[in-house]
Amino acid sequence: MMPKIQIKNLNLWYGKFQALIDVNTGIEEKKITSIIGPSGCGKSTLLRVLNRMNDLIEGIKTSGEIIIGKENILLPGTDLIKLRKNVGMVFQRPNPFPLSIRKNITFGLEIHSARSKDTLDEIIENSLKSVLLWDDLKDKLNSSALELTLEQQQRLCVARLLPVKPEILLMDEPCSSLDPIATGRIEELMFELKKNYTIVIVTHNMQQAARVSDDTGFMLLGKLVEFNKTEKIFTNPEKKETEDYITGRFG
Amino acid sequence: MNSRVSQKIAFTVLFLSALVTILPVLLIIVVIVKNGISAISWEFLTAAPTNGMRSGGIFPAIVGTFYLALGATAISLPLGVMGGIYLSEYSKDNMFTRILKLGIVNLAGVPSIVYGLFGLSLFVIYLKFGVSLISGCLTLAIMELPSIITATQAALHSVPRSFREVSLSLGATKWQTIRHSVLPHALPGIITGAVLSNARITGETAPILFTVAAFYLPHLPSSVLDQVMALPYHLYVISTQIPGISKSTTYGTALVLIVFTLSLNLFGIILRTYLRRQKKW
Repeated sequence: MMPKIQIKNLNLWYGKFQALIDVNTGIEEKKITSIIGPSGCGKSTLLRVLNRMNDLIEGIKTSGEIIIGKENILLPGTDLIKLRKNVGMVFQRPNPFPLSIRKNITFGLEIHSARSKDTLDEIIENSLKSVLLWDDLKDKLNSSALELTLEQQQRLCVARLLPVKPEILLMDEPCSSLDPIATGRIEELMFELKKNYTIVIVTHNMQQAARVSDDTGFMLLGKLVEFNKTEKIFTNPEKKETEDYITGRFG
Repeated sequence: MNSRVSQKIAFTVLFLSALVTILPVLLIIVVIVKNGISAISWEFLTAAPTNGMRSGGIFPAIVGTFYLALGATAISLPLGVMGGIYLSEYSKDNMFTRILKLGIVNLAGVPSIVYGLFGLSLFVIYLKFGVSLISGCLTLAIMELPSIITATQAALHSVPRSFREVSLSLGATKWQTIRHSVLPHALPGIITGAVLSNARITGETAPILFTVAAFYLPHLPSSVLDQVMALPYHLYVISTQIPGISKSTTYGTALVLIVFTLSLNLFGIILRTYLRRQKKW
């Protein structure tokens, strides 16, 4: 089967600094793929190139191909609006807008003035159900999203992506500001979401990668050193660097 | 010298220096209120001047100043906000941007009488608006522009970067991002900045001297091409050109002007406090 995202000979420079060096891999549909590696290895850069959020940085340059749905999204003429609707992103810190819960979820629909058979209420309900928040929040949709706990806020940030119907969810260390219990519950949510979405997660937390992901990539100094089934990476890695990292010899 | 003594001296000197800044404000208010309060009456506030401006009221001047403040802000607020958005969100750091920013700094530093002469030559003479409300509003608007642009930039800057990132990552265009997830959160700061800069230009005399202010005009303007009386200029006129005018009339006019600007300031400060309390990030 064709991978959902195919990365071929990807190089990326911030000015003169090369942050990604000849990355090649394929990310499978409806699987969780995690990317691990020490700080500054380029894992967030790799994640952010998948929805071209890196474009915000001046002096960025890329070469190679990233194929999503038969299109090379690195080409200059790429429709970034369509791409970002298809590839949603959850950030490190929960960052709901300081608006009501309802407004947070409908934000994407409003900017795309999307028409849909479902009414707004149905969309809100479905989105909140997908992130398992509906029962807790159904009676206070009009209260501020900032009154929620951090875990709920992060769930809401996932729910906010869903109305525009993405296929791929990118998560940039989504649990780094959460406590272990909340982290566990977000991981359960990821299992739930995997049924419908392709998920790529960047994480500092190796145990998390081992727990949640189907495939794991290990990055070091801009190179994707090893990419394989998670089980294989954590039990019998092929490369010496991978083994050193997962056994805690550095990083 | 004993360190305890030097500490005492330093404290005293610093405290007195700080005190000096508040003293003029208090003195101005005390002197003006003391000399002017007796002139304030219903007639003074609602009637036109009579008897060579020695008696009657200052109503046309109050209305004139109100129109000028309103008109100047109506012009400079949209322009300044849009310019501020461009500079803060769109412009890249290049020669053109640096020249623009230099222009704003310099505009803020131009003496007010120069604005007056500029308004006279451009609006009154060249564009043939004549000495009129519209010329005065435009002149004051240009003067107000730098502070509104600066306030806009500062307010946009204070909106967290994550708001922009989230919005863009949801597929919004840059303009949608600014319109829906940046501007609404910057609005309180922008409005406050506008009110405060408005309070500042309300008391200006030089920019309106040649562009709008009427020496004596006992009725209200009927179009933007009419002249108006204005409080600062009226004050200048009655204190220098009208012999034998009672002291209380002059100070009464000053009192009205100062109450006008101080209440605008106060309104701005209350607005800022209120809106800041609404912000939660």
